[in-house]
Amino acid sequence: MTEPNILEQTAGFKDDLLKIFPAKTARKRTGGVVVNDPENPTAIVANVRTAPGIITQRGCTYAGCKGVVLGPTRDIVNLVHGPIGCSFYAWLTRRNQTDAGLDGENFINYCFSTDLQDENIVFGGEKKLKEAIREIYKLFKPKAIGIFSTCPVGLIGDDVHSVARDMEAEFEDKVNIFGFSCEGYKGVSQSAGHHIANNGLFKHVIGLNDTDMGGKFKMNLLGEYNIGGDAFELERTFNEIGITLVSTFSGNSTYDKFTNSHTADLNAVMCHRSINYVAEMMEKKFGIPWMKVNLIGAEASAKSFKKMAKYFDDADLIAKTDEVIARELAEVKAVRDEILPRTMGKTAMLFVGGSRAHHYQELFKELGMTVIAAGYEFAHRDDYEGRRVLPTIKVDADSRNIEELRITADETRFKPRKTEEQIAALNKVYAENGDEIMSDYKGMMSEMAKGALVIDDVSQAETELLIEKFHPDVFCAGIKEKYIVQKMGIPLKQLHSYDYGGPYAGFRGAINFYRDIDRMVNSNVWHLIQAPWDKQAPTLTASFVA
Amino acid sequence: MLLRHTTADVMPREAVTINPAKTCQPVGAMFAALGIHGCLPHSHGSQGCCSYHRTVLTRHFKEPVMAATSSFTEGSAVFGGQSNLVAALGTIFDVYDPEVVAVHTTCLSETIGDDVKQIISAARDDGKIPVGKTVIYTSTPSYVGSHVTGYSNMVNSIVSQLAVKGPKKEQINILAGWMEPSDVREIKSILKEFHAQAVVLPDVSDVLDTPMTGKFEMYPKGGTTLTEIASMGSSKHTLALGSFSTAAAAATLDSKFKVPFTQLEIPIGLAATDAFVNEISRVTGLPVPESVKAERGRLLDMIADMNQYLFGKKVALAGDPDTLIPLVKFLTDINLLPTHIVSGTPGPTLTPSLLALAPVANVKTGSCADMFLLHNWMKAEPVDLLIANTYGKYIARDEDVPLMRMGFPILDRVGHSYFPSVGYKGGMRIVEKILSLLMDRIDRDAPESSFELTM
Repeated sequence: MTEPNILEQTAGFKDDLLKIFPAKTARKRTGGVVVNDPENPTAIVANVRTAPGIITQRGCTYAGCKGVVLGPTRDIVNLVHGPIGCSFYAWLTRRNQTDAGLDGENFINYCFSTDLQDENIVFGGEKKLKEAIREIYKLFKPKAIGIFSTCPVGLIGDDVHSVARDMEAEFEDKVNIFGFSCEGYKGVSQSAGHHIANNGLFKHVIGLNDTDMGGKFKMNLLGEYNIGGDAFELERTFNEIGITLVSTFSGNSTYDKFTNSHTADLNAVMCHRSINYVAEMMEKKFGIPWMKVNLIGAEASAKSFKKMAKYFDDADLIAKTDEVIARELAEVKAVRDEILPRTMGKTAMLFVGGSRAHHYQELFKELGMTVIAAGYEFAHRDDYEGRRVLPTIKVDADSRNIEELRITADETRFKPRKTEEQIAALNKVYAENGDEIMSDYKGMMSEMAKGALVIDDVSQAETELLIEKFHPDVFCAGIKEKYIVQKMGIPLKQLHSYDYGGPYAGFRGAINFYRDIDRMVNSNVWHLIQAPWDKQAPTLTASFVA
Repeated sequence: MLLRHTTADVMPREAVTINPAKTCQPVGAMFAALGIHGCLPHSHGSQGCCSYHRTVLTRHFKEPVMAATSSFTEGSAVFGGQSNLVAALGTIFDVYDPEVVAVHTTCLSETIGDDVKQIISAARDDGKIPVGKTVIYTSTPSYVGSHVTGYSNMVNSIVSQLAVKGPKKEQINILAGWMEPSDVREIKSILKEFHAQAVVLPDVSDVLDTPMTGKFEMYPKGGTTLTEIASMGSSKHTLALGSFSTAAAAATLDSKFKVPFTQLEIPIGLAATDAFVNEISRVTGLPVPESVKAERGRLLDMIADMNQYLFGKKVALAGDPDTLIPLVKFLTDINLLPTHIVSGTPGPTLTPSLLALAPVANVKTGSCADMFLLHNWMKAEPVDLLIANTYGKYIARDEDVPLMRMGFPILDRVGHSYFPSVGYKGGMRIVEKILSLLMDRIDRDAPESSFELTM
């Protein structure tokens, strides 16, 4: 059990942390570390470059585009244009599960690359790219092919977008081919790649098919990637409540569902960082309102399902939602009651992603655990401080690289789902209930305790210092951090890949998470590290010698 | 089916690689550099390269894998990466204090044309590299060769930049090809049985198989020390294990320091281990230890005892050249039939070498030699066993063929980093694993009426 006042011991930590770095680096670093005050969130420096040489958690723009957003869709052939590595490392490594049934198209388990060679770097790779697309078409006849640019592609001047158009024409538009200029160096982290992926989907896929597939309450779930089966668990509850998911971006998704996602009446956003662009663009073009939800944590899930039901304003739906939630929460409570005595009062730290470090705090609250420190790997200020700071965020050179699509209302298909009065009435109800209003996200900081540390883009040396100072009972990060932390005798929960477990979303996901954290913080192995010869009291040895 | 779009028809391809049997150079350079004591590998490119390479190495070894990055942004891609690398070296020595930084390039910095040698010297002039600290570099363009090429380039750069000419010593060099910490440990153990003086480079044992102590060591106790590497120029002979990963370094030691070398295979299986043991004895003048002879005998005994379960079984393989060549030889020695073989690593000698060992096999190496093709072949002519890295499990499940995991990366099992595949002991482990897989099938598939107790 930790001391109850651990959050009062964080004040001096920032000074210690800055001492890791030489003065110049420390000056750049200082704004990325904040002692939280939920009433008055301090401005944090986020989405800025990592100093070269720092051992960072971050990846690249390509990883955000291909790996995160497009990767989970099963029936688009994702062709990576570049040397072999980029496609190889993104091959099945994010645990995006998918259910294609017995005979549905499914390319998730495949890896496609143009495997650029030195002669392509010298003379250009477009010819090889075109031939690769011909070979893919001949072999698989897919509905859609996405082309992903890796670092050298931009430098050698290959135009993946014109190749895409040429090849579509060659196949007489029988396949939708679209390119992404997501070269790894395009941004300061994966985040730029999310934006590029959002733009590409919006330009080339969303809205292609106006067929309404039916359903009384139709919505899209955005920013859910079906890691470890999260989408399956959420779909279970949506089905039971009676809400139709027209599409999910992009867990367990298909190309066809993207094409008519604009027929939905609501967009619910899970991972704000990676998908808020699509939500905003769909609102502007088609009139679909969006709301932030959090389906991680049983209580947060219950709140979010109720919030969505309220939006549809249907007494039967609300009653059914309440009924399902009551039953699910009873199951959750039984497990929680059993586990809580073993986790109560323990501590956690979370450094991951662009929303997970926020969402997963809900689960730790439910386990009675204190979050001492948290931070994102690639989020922006709005994910920390809330969207209210959006007008004050300065767009720097790195963000200016990324295209901002100018969206206007679709002449024929723009159809506001709610009147301004209806939205205002909803917002009033949501605000009274402590929920975020429509089109808003309050960020991580407002939900964190006073005194907790908020650290953006945490580095390896800082991680070590955090552990030495505070000895958390569990540390949440990714695979690169896992064994560093565990060598220090502290279990690390991977929140990108879930340590090959999950699902953790929704109600049954919460149960899985409780059980996993219970196992991790109470495993015997952490107490077996000291060998008997290291435990012997010196006095005992002395008495024998005497 | 997991790979439901794969058929038995082979469509010739020249442009698209599907389910590759290789990855890119820099990860090999990063891996090799971890075998230097006190070394922090550095990736000169975008953050993603470093992140991906650390990730795959971490997942394979289930160990911390430390490396830094130049964190390129669009500006560095346009104006060159000099300022990023100079700043990175300053930060690295200030914050992480390694003995050595081993810089490797990426497709990005290579395409830009960064002159890393010149940049490092600029960093030194700028005072970014403290006195007494070492920085080496190698060129690893991702669009040439494979991860094995990157490994070879780093090993070659290590010896050419750090070995020193000196009076000849009663010492031999062992250039370790791409292998597990367990394998390096086993090779050192064989040398110890001989009482031979040797420097093994790279040495990833005690780096990528470190014990749990409650303390994280950023620079673990393993790795070839700078002193040892310097002395490699004074050794009397080099045994280079695996030509794809070590021939370049062996040639450098020969041409630069007049250290002659013998090019051997990685000692996987009987013949390659025989050659290795024999050559240690020849170049050191030391007799083959009784303990090593006995180990050889035990391996042969095991093969003789279990011959009936091995003979004539067909095997498909995907892997890296320096593993495949001795492994295919071993499989034929124990009367298995290598039937389909792919390796994405290019090299003019590889296909002929493999065909010489397995003349009736389907063999493809280099461009478009991938696991999609291997799977096409396996559907057309089924096999009894698949030997591949973890990605083989998708084919194995679809075709209901047992998979022996061997190679890189292995992401879903442990053992490879702890139990060797080299030496006679490693040969026994390979035979045991193959037998268990084949015999478990017999037990699973036997009718109840003829289910066997004793096998």
